[in-house]
Amino acid sequence: MTGLAVSQPVLVVEGLRTEFATGEGHPMVAVDGLSLYVRRGETLCIVGESGCGKSLTALSILRLLPRPYGRIGAGRVLLDGQDLVQVTEAEMRAVRGRAISMIFQEPMSSLNPVITIGRQIAETVMVHEGLDWADCMDRALAMLRQVRIPEPERRLQEYPHQLSGGMRQRVTIAMALACRPRLLLADEPTTALDVTIQAQILDLIRDLQAKTGTAVVLITHDLGVVAEMAERVLVMYAGTKVEEAGVEELFDNPTHPYTRGLMAAMPHLGGAGGGRRRLHEIEGVVPSLMARPAGCAFAPRCELATERCRREAPPLVGIGGTHSVACWVTAGEGVLA
Amino acid sequence: MWPYVIRRVLATLPVLGVVAVIVFLLLRLSPGDPAAIIAGDNASADDILAIRAQLGLDRPMLEQFLLWLGQLLRGDFGKSIYLSRPVLGLIAERVEPTLALSLSTMAFAIALAIPMGVLAAWRAGSWIDQTIMAVSVLAFSVPVFLIGYGLVIGLSLSLDLLPVQGFVSLTEDPVAFVRHLVLPTVALGLVYTALLARITRATMLETLNEDFIRTARAKGLAEPRVLILHGLKNASVPIVTTIGTGLALLIGGVVVTESVFAIPGIGRLTIEAVLQRDYPVIQGVILAIAFVYVLVNLVIDLSYTLLDPRIRY
Repeated sequence: MTGLAVSQPVLVVEGLRTEFATGEGHPMVAVDGLSLYVRRGETLCIVGESGCGKSLTALSILRLLPRPYGRIGAGRVLLDGQDLVQVTEAEMRAVRGRAISMIFQEPMSSLNPVITIGRQIAETVMVHEGLDWADCMDRALAMLRQVRIPEPERRLQEYPHQLSGGMRQRVTIAMALACRPRLLLADEPTTALDVTIQAQILDLIRDLQAKTGTAVVLITHDLGVVAEMAERVLVMYAGTKVEEAGVEELFDNPTHPYTRGLMAAMPHLGGAGGGRRRLHEIEGVVPSLMARPAGCAFAPRCELATERCRREAPPLVGIGGTHSVACWVTAGEGVLA
Repeated sequence: MWPYVIRRVLATLPVLGVVAVIVFLLLRLSPGDPAAIIAGDNASADDILAIRAQLGLDRPMLEQFLLWLGQLLRGDFGKSIYLSRPVLGLIAERVEPTLALSLSTMAFAIALAIPMGVLAAWRAGSWIDQTIMAVSVLAFSVPVFLIGYGLVIGLSLSLDLLPVQGFVSLTEDPVAFVRHLVLPTVALGLVYTALLARITRATMLETLNEDFIRTARAKGLAEPRVLILHGLKNASVPIVTTIGTGLALLIGGVVVTESVFAIPGIGRLTIEAVLQRDYPVIQGVILAIAFVYVLVNLVIDLSYTLLDPRIRY
């Protein structure tokens, strides 16, 4: 584990390898040897382009990989010390929605269209806490109040299509937090929403986190969201961790060429010339997981790549504090960069 | 809800009107003179004219239609040419066997097909799925009369477990009623089981890929609850449509099965009427079946609003 933990982490993932069976013998590796941890009350952001394996990391933690092809090939997922990779499916069901909850990107499609909102929230409580139905509905109502949905009594009886996108995402948050989970996995929770609504939803998550002490793993491709929410950041590329640091350290001192590329691709106002400048883009595309290059996965798109980068994959090395990076070229620059 | 129901009921009237016109024209436009057919081979020209006047065939077409329509609305479907009895009475006598067979067939198909379809979709691509689909292809491909005779030979003639054929009214002897229904239900039901299992599998497969199913699993729900409460309810509209259409088809189309098992239902009545060119009976049967179709479709449409809250008219 990296650094000195102040408090015991809620979740520790060690060497997670998620693979998909293919027709041709050897499986496709979507997440390769990923390690991470998150403490109580803390927010860890996982950043990366689509297809880098960040969503599959979350689904692996919950063991909800698409059947029958996806599976966890190696690694441990420790929730307060208990390895979730090893528990039975029934034990896993007791974890889902209770100890670990998840909210998804699309609030439009992630709620069941033919079941009332009240029932969808109350159902989680009933399954995990075995309360009377009336008590479960009371909890649902309390949760709708907590996520600040206006007229919660009426909303309880309504169906998802009667709510706006922002309201629906509030409902999924209410549903996820109904059993006071220790860990919340939020997979691009604001990507599908309008910008003004995005800020409201992020505020809501942060408020509820402060109240309940839930640890949050927030998956996003948006560095604006990272700056807003994260305490620590993990940058993923093609299924592997390429850089990890505290949020300020990462923004002050991005070290991996890919992280630097992401930062340069972010719009800025008031640059050096005071005006607008053309956004930098990272040339090329994320490599197909089927045809992963031999060395560093980023090498084909990297301006700094050397012969060694193309031959040998760089290990993750600490470069001071809790900052670590996997790059042959820039790791050596250390804090000088 | 109620305005929609009323509108929907009113919308069936034009359909029934069109059916009435077609049925009316069917008799007038079909080759051969009904009066001549009724009169028989040895009738004189005078006899035929007399019969024609009796049937009102000598009056203008429009007058004939209005007259006939007026009778229909009063519940008078005319008289059978051969049996000289009211058509409505003849149909009423045959309703119980046909309805009993149709409903038991559909119940049998539903009980078997829905679990099959759900299971196949749940484990799509596995040996369970492949077995279920192979069985359903087989059931779909074998003609009803073949299954029917096969069952008769196996279960009735060889093992003597069930009656070979016939029908006993529910009010007469409930046990005999059930025993007589078993074989025709299975013979007829296998095709519908296959059809319904395929529809259920296809719609469930689509539903199970939806995001809200993943949400349901992420909430920690057990698989039966995910499949039935969250999956099947969302997949129910196409399934209910198939059940409804199937039921309507059954009521109008159990001809072969009724013949194989000698069940005196609507199907047999239709065949007899066609063979004897008993036009009033043919008309009556067509009208009755059309009415059932319209009614079943109405019920299907109304059920949508209960199954899917997004459907509002």
